[in-house]
Amino acid sequence: MSLSFVRTEMEEPQPAPSSTVGIVAWARTNLFSSIPNTILTIIALYLLVRLAVGIFPWIFLGVWDAGSLSECREIFAELYPDGREYACWAVIADRWDQIIFGYYSADQYWRPILGWILIGVSAVPVLYPNTPRSLLYVTVATAFVYPFLVWGGTIWPYLMAAVGFGVGYGVYRILAAVTAGNAFSSVIAVSGSVIAAAVWWIGLSGPISGALAEAMPWGIEAFRSRDLAGFALAITIGVVAIAASLPLAIALALGRQSNMLIVNKLSTGFIEMIRGVPLITLIFVAVVLLQYFLPSGTDVDPILAIMILVTLFTAAYIAEVIRAGLAAVPKGQYEAADSLGLNYGLAQRLIILPQALKIAIPGIVSNFISVFKDTVLVSIVFPNDPLGIADTIRADSNWNGIVWELYGFIALVFFLFCFAMSRYSLSLEKRLQTGHR
Amino acid sequence: MSEPHMDTAVDRSHMAVSDEVAIEIQAMNKWYGEFHVLKNIDLTVYQGERIVICGPSGSGKSTLIRCINALEEHQKGSIVVDGTLLSSDLKNIDKIRSEVGMCFQHFNLFPHLTILENCTLAPIWVRKTPKKEAEETAMHFLEKVKIPDQANKYPGQLSGGQQQRVAIARSLCMKPRIMLFDEPTSALDPEMIKEVLDTMIGLAEEGMTMLCVTHEMGFAQAVANRVIFMDAGQIVEQNEPHAFFNNPQNDRTKLFLSQILGH
Repeated sequence: MSLSFVRTEMEEPQPAPSSTVGIVAWARTNLFSSIPNTILTIIALYLLVRLAVGIFPWIFLGVWDAGSLSECREIFAELYPDGREYACWAVIADRWDQIIFGYYSADQYWRPILGWILIGVSAVPVLYPNTPRSLLYVTVATAFVYPFLVWGGTIWPYLMAAVGFGVGYGVYRILAAVTAGNAFSSVIAVSGSVIAAAVWWIGLSGPISGALAEAMPWGIEAFRSRDLAGFALAITIGVVAIAASLPLAIALALGRQSNMLIVNKLSTGFIEMIRGVPLITLIFVAVVLLQYFLPSGTDVDPILAIMILVTLFTAAYIAEVIRAGLAAVPKGQYEAADSLGLNYGLAQRLIILPQALKIAIPGIVSNFISVFKDTVLVSIVFPNDPLGIADTIRADSNWNGIVWELYGFIALVFFLFCFAMSRYSLSLEKRLQTGHR
Repeated sequence: MSEPHMDTAVDRSHMAVSDEVAIEIQAMNKWYGEFHVLKNIDLTVYQGERIVICGPSGSGKSTLIRCINALEEHQKGSIVVDGTLLSSDLKNIDKIRSEVGMCFQHFNLFPHLTILENCTLAPIWVRKTPKKEAEETAMHFLEKVKIPDQANKYPGQLSGGQQQRVAIARSLCMKPRIMLFDEPTSALDPEMIKEVLDTMIGLAEEGMTMLCVTHEMGFAQAVANRVIFMDAGQIVEQNEPHAFFNNPQNDRTKLFLSQILGH
C-alpha cells in the first residue's frame, strides 16, 4: 500500500446536518442531552408551572381601585365567596405620588419630572457615542440644573458652584502657560487650579451668591433636603453617586499606580480607609456624630452628607476595579504609546484607559447597581427612602397589614433600574469588542 | 534560523552611509537593581546605517536598543540621539521618542483602534497634524507595507505578519529618522517572516537608519552594513557582515554562529 497522496481538487463547504440546527436540535442538546438533564428539565418545568399557577392569579386578579385594605377585602369577598384573596394593588395607585415624588406638593411635581428627563437626555451622549456631541452641553448643564430643580431656592448658589469649575479651569490654563517648559508644569497647574476652585467654593461663592440673591431673588420655591423622599430621593442619591464616583475612581486608580510617592500613598490610604469601614458606619458618623461634634447651629444637611459619602464609598471600590483593568492592559501598550512620543496624559487618555475601562466594565456596573440599591441604607439615619415610605404607608390605618404589594412594587422598580444597567453593560461590552482575542 | 530567508542578495551599492552621527553611545552602563545588564557600551551609529544586533538571550541586546528611546533608563554614561542628550528631562525624552520609531516583537498595536486610527493617533496628538493630512500620510505608508485595504479593520482581525507591517507603518507615520526593531519576526509563523523582512529591506533601501535585534542571519547578510554580537551585557564583536559570518574572531562569537547556522 502506498502512503503517497496528492489532492487534486479542494472540497466545497456543505450545510450542517439538519439534526444539529434548529429548535428541535437546540432542545435536544440543551434540555434532553442525557438522562439526568432530562430529569432536571422535567422537574424545573413542573416547578415553573406550579409557581406560575400560584402567583399569576394573585398578581393579575388584583384590585386596583379601592381606598383601603378593608375595602379591597370587601371586594374580594363579594367576587370570590370561597374566601380567596388576591393582590390589593390599590395601595400603589393610592400612594403612587408619595412613593415616587416623596413630599413635594402636587404643583411641584414638574421639578423632579423635568430633572429626570434632563438626566435621561444627558445620559444619551455619554452612553451612546454615535449621538450628536452637542448633547454633552446638556449633560454639563444638568449637573447644575438638576440640583436646582430638586432643592430650588435662588439660582445663584448653583451658578456660583458652576463658576468654581470655570475658576479652576482658568487658573489651570494660566499656570500651565506660565510654567510651560518646567518639568513640574502639570503638577503645579493642577494643584493650583484645585486650590483656586476650593478657595472659591469654600470662601467666596457663599457670600457672593448671598449678595446676588438679595439683589436679584430669581428662583423657585426652596425644598428642604429632609423632605426629599421615595424614589425622588433614591434616584437623586443614586445618580449623583454614579456620575461623580467614576471620575473620582479613575483619578484614585491612576493615583494608586503613580510613581509619585505622596500621590500614591494618599490614594492608597484613602481607598483602604473607605473600604475598611462599612457604609452604614460611615453614614452614621457623617450624619449623627458630625451633628454632635460640630458647633451648635451648624446644620449638616443629611442628604448632602450621605451623597458625598456614598460617592466616596463607591469611588473607592470602583478605583480597585479600574486598577485591575489597568493591570490587565499589557505592558507593551504602555511601551508602544511611549515609543510614539505620547506623554503620560495622552497615553492614559487615548491608549490605556479605554482598554482598562473596557475590561473593568462588568465590575464598574456591578458597583453602580450595588450603590443604587444601597441608597435604601439611608433609612438608618433618615427614614425617607422608598422602604421608609413603605413603612409610613403601612402605618396608615387604611393600609395597615399590607406587605407584599408595597415591597413587591418597590422591588420591581429597583429591579427595572438595575436590570437596565446590566443590559446596557452587556451591550457596551459587545460594542467595544474588537477583533478576535 | 539556518537558511537565510533572502533568496537574492540585495543590491547595496546605493545604500550610502553618511558620516553624520545619528546615535552616539558612550560608556553606557545599566543595572536592574544589583544586576549589571549593560557594561560600558560604546557605539556610534551613522545616518543611513543598518545595524543588526545578535547574541544569546539575556545578553542585553533588547535592553540596549530600548535604552536608545528611553523605554529603559541607563544609570551611567551618555546617549545622544540626533544631537539631543538623553537625560531624565521629559521634554528631551519625548523629542527623541517622536524621532525614533520602534517595532516590537509582539507588535503592540492598539487593539481598540482601527488600523488607520493606530497610524494617525500619534501624528494627530503629538505632531498636531490635521486629521485629513494624517490620514493621507497613513494611507501612503499602509500602501507601502502593502495593506491599504485593511485600513478600517481592527488589529485582532489581521494576521501576525500583517500586524507587524502595520506596526512598521505606524512608526513611519511619525516620519522618524531612526528605526529600532526589537526581534520583529520572532513571534511570527515562518510564512509571515518573509513579508515583514521584505518591508524592512524596502526601508533599508530608502536609506533609513536602522538598528535591528534579530536572529534572521539571512537578513543580516543581505541588508546590514554592520553586525554586532553581544554577550553578557557587552559588545563582544562587530564587523561588516561578510567578515563577521565568515571570519569571526572571538570564541564566543564562533560558538554562537556555529549554534545558529550549523544545524
